[in-house]
Amino acid sequence: MTSIDVVSLSRMQFGLTALYHFLFVPLTLGLSILLGVMESVYVMTGRAIWKEMTKFWGLLFGINFAMGVATGITMEFQFGMNWAYYSHYVGDIFGAPLAIEGLMAFFLEATFIGLFFFGWDKLSRLQHLCVTWLVALGSNLSALWILIANGWMQYPVGAKFNPDTMRMEVTNFMEVLFNPVAQAKFVHTVSAGYVTGSMFVLAVSAYYLLRGRHLELAKRSMTVAASFGLAAALSVVVLGDESGYTAGENQKMKIAAIEAMWNTEPAPASFTLFGLPDLENRRTDYEVKIPWMLGLIATRSIDKTVPGINELVGRAEQRIRSGLVAYDALEKLRAQPSNAAERTRLDSTAADLGYALLLKKIRPDIANATPDEISRAAWSTVPQVSPLFWSFRIMVGLGFYFIALFALAFVLASKRWLDRYRSFLWLALFSLPLPWIAAELGWVVAEVGRQPWVIEGVLPTFLAVSSLSAANIWTTLIGFVVFYSTLAVVDLYLMVKTVKAGPSTGEPFERPGARLLVADAAE
Amino acid sequence: MFDYEAMRLIWWALLGILLIGIAVMDGFDLGVAILLPYVARSDVERRIAINTVGPVWEGNQVWLILGGGAIFAAWPILYATAFSGFYLAMFLVLAALILRPVAFKFRSKLENARWRAIWDAALFVSGLVPALIFGVAFGNVILGVPFRFDDSLRMTYEGNLLGLLNPFALLSGLVSVGMLTLHGANYLSLKASGPVTQRAAQIARLAAPITIGLFVIAGIWVALGVEGYALTQQPAYDGPSNPLAKLVTRQAGAWLTNYRSFPWTMAAPVAAIVMLAVSPLLLRARHAGLAFIASGVAIAGIIATAGLSIFPFMLPSSLDPRASLTVWDASSSLLTLRIMLFVTVVFLPIIILYTAWVYRVLREPITQAFVEGNAKSLY
Repeated sequence: MTSIDVVSLSRMQFGLTALYHFLFVPLTLGLSILLGVMESVYVMTGRAIWKEMTKFWGLLFGINFAMGVATGITMEFQFGMNWAYYSHYVGDIFGAPLAIEGLMAFFLEATFIGLFFFGWDKLSRLQHLCVTWLVALGSNLSALWILIANGWMQYPVGAKFNPDTMRMEVTNFMEVLFNPVAQAKFVHTVSAGYVTGSMFVLAVSAYYLLRGRHLELAKRSMTVAASFGLAAALSVVVLGDESGYTAGENQKMKIAAIEAMWNTEPAPASFTLFGLPDLENRRTDYEVKIPWMLGLIATRSIDKTVPGINELVGRAEQRIRSGLVAYDALEKLRAQPSNAAERTRLDSTAADLGYALLLKKIRPDIANATPDEISRAAWSTVPQVSPLFWSFRIMVGLGFYFIALFALAFVLASKRWLDRYRSFLWLALFSLPLPWIAAELGWVVAEVGRQPWVIEGVLPTFLAVSSLSAANIWTTLIGFVVFYSTLAVVDLYLMVKTVKAGPSTGEPFERPGARLLVADAAE
Repeated sequence: MFDYEAMRLIWWALLGILLIGIAVMDGFDLGVAILLPYVARSDVERRIAINTVGPVWEGNQVWLILGGGAIFAAWPILYATAFSGFYLAMFLVLAALILRPVAFKFRSKLENARWRAIWDAALFVSGLVPALIFGVAFGNVILGVPFRFDDSLRMTYEGNLLGLLNPFALLSGLVSVGMLTLHGANYLSLKASGPVTQRAAQIARLAAPITIGLFVIAGIWVALGVEGYALTQQPAYDGPSNPLAKLVTRQAGAWLTNYRSFPWTMAAPVAAIVMLAVSPLLLRARHAGLAFIASGVAIAGIIATAGLSIFPFMLPSSLDPRASLTVWDASSSLLTLRIMLFVTVVFLPIIILYTAWVYRVLREPITQAFVEGNAKSLY
């Protein structure tokens, strides 16, 4: 058996490296589209300032892109390195979208990004524009495939357990592709990326307007960011709703935990705006509720109930008992592979096999589990309520804030008042980190909410790890923390330097004594 | 459509093509990084060398990422066993691969000699470490790796990082470094200019015979000193992928069986040696492009030699030979292999087409005038 230490360490390492990687991904998603928009305007109007804008934001894009690529390799290798049993158990399904992501998306963005930077003098305007859009297309396609993979972890459709190979195998690839959870996640995640890209452009442009520099470039950039950002912010909230809807269909436990909703609400369920979840007594104090709201979000109806945690735990207990039947059949089948009766018995209960595996955390010989242990295992299907409850509320609050901010920016831009209110510019500048906070919290809601499963209902996280020593993982974990922190410092330093230096208008480079190649024109 | 047995063979071949793709495409980037301190002395020479790979290394690196993804999709238990078994070695590769993009991107952003020297050193390390470790990993695969499975196919690995660094594996590592250095030198001869090209050509003339020597020694070692593995009982070639269903013995000289049974397979090592020998001659005759192709074919020959020697094994287990992973019992399901073949057949030609177009656009060599004229926008 694997020790709990290895599980926690592996989770910590995966969580840290994924959250770190996800600092760069949303900006790549959003900025790549914005570059395409800016360059399109340049090609259509022929006005040089739009080319300058594309080049300047491209410079920042490039620094961010390199970090995203570099930290993304870690993610792909880590499944095999730290989650070997997971890789064996579901690689038949999960590996495919990852490989397709490489073929369809990574090659596209990575092959053309070199031309984006080095092809300005070697390509016609139209050719270069195509290159830029192909980079954007590649980035966004990669989000599609990784979210198809992730969606399958949340809602494993189109697959079946095979006792001969001791793993899940794909039965219907179309179901994996058109997984409703994956589709909802894709639009929600890329929209979040577009918000991030827009906020980045908005905030940096606000900085220039506040300093009275690069006014033409800043105002135009801000106008693009305001319109694109408003559309993206609306979509991220509305389609986040979509995400909640499918969670209601497939991941009822996640939504019950997000809501800290212990008991099933009569339809239409109300949404808890605020409250203090009390985990020990399994209740939520000081609730402020909005009637009907949750029913609308989760079921898209006013007549369907949304089950609470207590009811879902009861269902989990049923499925553990059914899973024990599957486990018993599997044991007998392993001793005697030709036993057709056991094979049928396993087939009819295999969907619950994962639930029986939850007992492995309590005792290795799960066939002898007591009713009390089964109840404990059923309660282990409840993810940590408090982090979900709060992460979700902060994320949603930020989503509404983004709509308001971009709407304001949009109005100011259409009235050509962008540089009129310094308070607005300061607000835009200080809002810079918020999309990252929202995106990371969104990751927390999705993945902490998935616990205790690595594959919902199929494989508990604690069984998915590699047979590694804790010392090995400590080594790499500390290595990653030190290495990544150093890179973060260097990356931020270069980002800030580049922003302060600003775009190159004409030839202001060769200032004597300038330490940075692109001299800071303001100082 | 192809049956399961044929599909497994196709995916074995595709895995080989991917590994060759990694070594040929990403390989010359690694080679250039290794050569950086030797072929380029002044800052402008360094920048010439770096910018020969500047616009293409990102695309090349995707071969490696695709390699990881394809092993995961087509050979999941191989992916799980190899990546977790070689845990710390993989971490070193990762660290190098993270360092490299950052070094490319950040090196020339500041005009500070120490800053640049640090990133140059980082580039050298980020080229050498993966080149060495990939070879060391191949060497260990040929020797067998200490892992076993329990009856739920959970893998236990009983080795450590130092165990990987045994003499034969280190020799394999040197073969890998040698061939990638040669390949990188040929690329520099083709794409750089001035003294960088001349130094690269000198190194290519040295690297080729050294790589031949190391490769031949490794071959003799495998023939005389390495106990190979042989299948003694395989239930079916199209059965479920469960590595515990077969029987395996260890035999001296077993890794030469395929060459005896199928003499055409000798084409791989012969091609490797001939191309290694021809490559510097082509360079001397000022056919840098052909020399580069020759070193590419040589790399393909070396990798194919290793793959053909151990076929049908992919990852033999020294601890429990029965648990060894073979072509017949480590693959994905038939449906997954078919889907992935379809996607590969559609997209790989498209990828090759647009990659070729990008290289055509960027076909001009990097000159000192070009670097100095674009000092701010280049790496």
